[in-house]
Amino acid sequence: MSDIKKFMYLNRRAPYGTIYAWESLEVVLIGAAFDQEVSLMFMDDGVFQLVKGSDTSESDMKNFMPTYRTLGDYGVRHLYVDKASLEARGLTADDLIEVAWEDFETEEEVDNIVEAVDADQVVQLMAESEVVFSF
Amino acid sequence: MPIEVDGKTLETDEEGYLANINEWVPGVANVMAAEDELELTDEHWDIINFLREYYEEYQIAPAVRVLTKAVGKKLGKDKGNSKYLYGLFPYGPGKQACRYAGLPKPTGCV
Amino acid sequence: MADLLTVNKSPFEKNSLELAIKYSQPGSAILLIEDGVYGAMKGTVAEAMVKGAMGDKKMYALKSDLKARAIKDDRVIDGVEVVDYAGFVDLVEANDKVQAWL
Repeated sequence: MSDIKKFMYLNRRAPYGTIYAWESLEVVLIGAAFDQEVSLMFMDDGVFQLVKGSDTSESDMKNFMPTYRTLGDYGVRHLYVDKASLEARGLTADDLIEVAWEDFETEEEVDNIVEAVDADQVVQLMAESEVVFSF
Repeated sequence: MPIEVDGKTLETDEEGYLANINEWVPGVANVMAAEDELELTDEHWDIINFLREYYEEYQIAPAVRVLTKAVGKKLGKDKGNSKYLYGLFPYGPGKQACRYAGLPKPTGCV
Repeated sequence: MADLLTVNKSPFEKNSLELAIKYSQPGSAILLIEDGVYGAMKGTVAEAMVKGAMGDKKMYALKSDLKARAIKDDRVIDGVEVVDYAGFVDLVEANDKVQAWL
């Protein structure tokens, strides 16, 4: 496979209030079949998508928070979270879910692929990406 | 078309997937398999139970690729390949086994 | 004479909450629902604005929407009252009219 591209999914919307977060997640899950190098970036209200402890039992909505934890199995290598967006919302990395990653062939494992990054890193990561999908 | 399981009528969608995942009982898999003229063995149940656990944890049905890898990890490498899984579920491990397990069709399955 | 104002947008994405506060009379009740409940969180850049509004207005947040968004009670700004659906109905009854800030 010589045509592996670097894909970034840019998520800037809160979960539940609009359909963007779930749509993005579905596209990532479907896109995983295409063997690309995939990372997700969470900025602005998008950081709320990864806050742990969601309980939708009284809201009549599907709680898709657990689905993020399987992204490692779908070939997603990095979930980047913009630090400034966290800080503006009174959040820290401790408030976020952890997502494990494992290569089933090499058995290489990473306990948590969720990583808070500063603005310079965000610039760098976006520049490195060949395709950016915005949600 | 609704199916009859243990004296109860359960709704399914146009592709035969259970309309309400919470209505699933093991009898659902038996009834669906009988319609496909398939007899469920322990090996089939390993996969069906695996899928239900996966759904419980992640709230989605896994893509076939992910299922294959995860089964290999959980049940042994000899079972984590598509030949083994298609041998058990000839209509496709994702589609057929998920249907028996009461799960929605796997995301990305067309 | 008082109105109930509902706000269903995140204060970090839209200025609905800011406007609901700015263009309402003293004594008004402001109910945060859906993504609006992010305005009830402690420690955010919107906290000062919400606290400022509580001088002459009452702030409420809908419990089920807080729970879905993983905002536990101890992360809700002190003075913001958490209400359930029945409480929502009570607020509608207790006020002259309901105005939605979308």
